[in-house]
Amino acid sequence: MEHKTFDAAIRHTDGVVAIDMTGDIDGAAEAAMNAAYAQADAAGSDPVLLNFSDVGYINSTGIALIVGLLAQARKSHRKLVTYGLSDHYQEIFRITRLSDFMGMYDDEASALQQL
Amino acid sequence: MTARLTTFWKNLWGGERAVAPTVDEPATSAPVTAILPAVDIAPNDPLLAYLHNVNGPVEIARLQMESPALAEMKATGVVICVPLVSQGELIGLINLGSRRSEQEYSSDDRKLLADLATQAAPAVRVAQLVRQQQIEAAERERVAQELRVAALIQQTLLPQSLPELDGWGIDAYYKPARAVGGDFYDFRSLPDGKLAIVIGDVTDKGVPAALVMATTRTLLRAASERLGSPGAVLERVNDLLHPDIPARMFVTCLYAVLDIQTGHLLYANAGHDLPYRAGPGGVEELRARGMPLGLLPGMGYEEKEITLSPGDTLLLYSDGLVEAHDPQRQMYGFPKLRDELADFPGGDLVDYLLTTLHNFVGPHWEQEDDVTLVTIRYDGPAHNGALTQLADFTLPSAPGNEREAMAQIAEAVASLGLSPDRLEKLKTAVAEATMNGMEHGNRYREDLPVRLQAESDGQQLWVRITDHGGGTDIPDPATPDIDLKLAGLQSPRGWGLFLIKSMVDEMNVIDDGQHHTLELVINLAEKKDTD
Repeated sequence: MEHKTFDAAIRHTDGVVAIDMTGDIDGAAEAAMNAAYAQADAAGSDPVLLNFSDVGYINSTGIALIVGLLAQARKSHRKLVTYGLSDHYQEIFRITRLSDFMGMYDDEASALQQL
Repeated sequence: MTARLTTFWKNLWGGERAVAPTVDEPATSAPVTAILPAVDIAPNDPLLAYLHNVNGPVEIARLQMESPALAEMKATGVVICVPLVSQGELIGLINLGSRRSEQEYSSDDRKLLADLATQAAPAVRVAQLVRQQQIEAAERERVAQELRVAALIQQTLLPQSLPELDGWGIDAYYKPARAVGGDFYDFRSLPDGKLAIVIGDVTDKGVPAALVMATTRTLLRAASERLGSPGAVLERVNDLLHPDIPARMFVTCLYAVLDIQTGHLLYANAGHDLPYRAGPGGVEELRARGMPLGLLPGMGYEEKEITLSPGDTLLLYSDGLVEAHDPQRQMYGFPKLRDELADFPGGDLVDYLLTTLHNFVGPHWEQEDDVTLVTIRYDGPAHNGALTQLADFTLPSAPGNEREAMAQIAEAVASLGLSPDRLEKLKTAVAEATMNGMEHGNRYREDLPVRLQAESDGQQLWVRITDHGGGTDIPDPATPDIDLKLAGLQSPRGWGLFLIKSMVDEMNVIDDGQHHTLELVINLAEKKDTD
């Protein structure tokens, strides 16, 4: 299994900001992920959509990064909403209770509909 | 009187012209002065039509017509001829030359000849029919003998017994059509413990097909001993077969190599009917491109691979099944075969398919072609308590190498038939355990590798990840609590062991003072059917 370099780009959609993530979420993703979140934060988006559709691998360090984002969002009283997680990672989000704090949707349309 | 009986009849076997066997009259005490040669009369000779419509003896000298046969008769000295007619059919002639007294034939002679013809005609007809029947019987016997030889060659060369392998059920069915075709199948144990499987079909029928089948089988066996890869085997056999195979004949053939430990199947196909994999995961056609053997030299054969899971059955077959017709002349066909396989409830696939075939063709089916079925069912690793080692490898402690660990373990356990969900969980657990080993046990020192082992007894799977961090007390990390983490009271990290424990049925820690091992346990039996 090849390492797929992480990248994150912000996109304005329907009045909110989505962070489109691609590649593997592990320790190497930290800088790019935090930078993208900072941009979304600066745009004042609430909620911030996290698009996992093109993420194939998340390890425990990646989970820690997402916990870090969630902590930041909660400090600034913003919501994080996720979509596009595979069944496997949806289960990991449930086991770790990340799903208690972040909505999980199948796709962007479903996520936007719930706002 | 010298007479010669000349007969003719239609060529019963489609020859160009009539044949005219001759029957000499019995020898008499008087010396024979001359024997008239036999005269053949072509079917379109006008003499034939003339003789068909006359009664009694005919004086040849009085006939005037453009007839090659008449000219020949005159030239050879035929004076009088008497048609032999049986049941309205002209079946021969009695040709006579001049009387020995040189006198003309009297009216008594003519009457005698007419009577003789009347009585001789039925006897000649009976003789003709007897001879015809003898020829037909000889032909039938020749064909039957050829079929016996073809069937004998074929039956002798088919495997006399089937491989018996723990964890596998192999079955074969072969029923020749009346005109024996050139179907064959074969199994061969390879030196590395794998099993070579072959099915083929020679175009044509009878002895020629059987001989080509025997040759092909021998070439395949010889090539499989020296060449491991199915594509290379077919390429070699094609090149050897091509110069010698009779015109308009060729051989379709599928050649596969099965790893009976893992279920991995590597195959190549020389234009044979596509095999199917049928099982809990659905029905899959196994495609691989290649020309039939013997058609063109220098052909290459595409190789493909799959890994069979427990519960899967591989079907190899010949066209006698899919080209069978029902009483309305509808063909069994591939769509039906695929549908039937999709409905296969498990068990004996040969019995199941034969039942579908017999229901389709009905009770009065005349089998048109050989029907050959070979099925290979994977029951899963043998449940005899014996451990099967699935993987044992090391990886340098370098960031990112956990991905290689995941990939190699996933491939190694493919034969166990884990559901996609359980496989993903195992991969996550292996990745986290490998990362732990590389980071905490080996401090990411590349000279200290992590060792990964996987083994199974069919009931359980054990994956062990060993690092060099033995002998040191590793404090039991606190169970991650997301409320505390979000409140900043616990590090956001520290999910590794928690994830590993959540992903497998059991996690054990083994420490021998030098090495530290995480043992991941998956129960195969209890979850297989419920996932």
